[in-house]
Amino acid sequence: MSRAAPDPVQVVKQRRDAALGSLVSGVPYIQYLGIRFDRRGDELTAILAYDDKLIGNPALPAIHGGVTAAFLEITAMMTLNWTWLWPDIESGALDPDALAAGNLPRLPKTIDFTVDYLRSGLPRDAYGRARVTRLGRRYASVQAEAWQDNRDRPIAQATAHFLMPRKEG
Amino acid sequence: MTAEKARIAREFIEKIPHCAALNMSITQIGEGMAQIEMPYDARFIGDPDTGVIHGGAVSALMDTCSGAAVMSHPRSPAATATIDLRIDYMRPATPGQTIVARAECYHITRSVAFVRATAMDDDVERPVATATGTFTVEQRS
Repeated sequence: MSRAAPDPVQVVKQRRDAALGSLVSGVPYIQYLGIRFDRRGDELTAILAYDDKLIGNPALPAIHGGVTAAFLEITAMMTLNWTWLWPDIESGALDPDALAAGNLPRLPKTIDFTVDYLRSGLPRDAYGRARVTRLGRRYASVQAEAWQDNRDRPIAQATAHFLMPRKEG
Repeated sequence: MTAEKARIAREFIEKIPHCAALNMSITQIGEGMAQIEMPYDARFIGDPDTGVIHGGAVSALMDTCSGAAVMSHPRSPAATATIDLRIDYMRPATPGQTIVARAECYHITRSVAFVRATAMDDDVERPVATATGTFTVEQRS
């Protein structure tokens, strides 16, 4: 039995990183908050680099709850986009050059978002990961978590629902 | 709520670095009610194709406004922290328009404050988003 040889590792990595880069860099608010994504295979980790403008309580000091919420929402949304588009990125059905030129497919929209604050966010970097617990044709459910120094002591957790775009054509 | 307490709450919130970063300003506060505005800003766009503001910026506005409503409640000693917040996104905010959030602390116990909030743009008949949240009530020792 024969099958096509897999693409060289550099080609695969370049294709994935280019797709992720186009999804992230096109959104001004993600850039404004200073969020970037680290990719290991199909797993994404969001990184919120600390900045003084993220402070909500100067007396403690602590990161603004709204920043934590936005960070989790971006983590959840990007993980969903990534999970949803992954098969098309791998197959090459999504043209990387078109993505890089800003021609993104229609993306899921947030229906609702619930955040639980577990610990105050310290003035340092935060990390986030999300899991798509259901990806349906019309709706998706995503859970997200953010932590700082200790993965087992999350600062916040969130649940979000998204409306999936109708398939084009 | 006394005028003095309203002034303190206003100063406290407008001094928050992240609120200043998002250009939030309090337009009304007192008796467990607060109203905060956030002008349109291209840096907060979530969808580059349409120019619609990112939901995360609306979340930050709703959280701040809800916290301000708790602080301004006559039975709230002062400081508060969000326990949880749920936001329902009804429609995209119209690009170019200021988003106005109104929050009401409709019940408060010794430990917990309950809040609901609405975000609107120029079309006040159709809210952009609504939120419900619970907040801590810090006891003065």
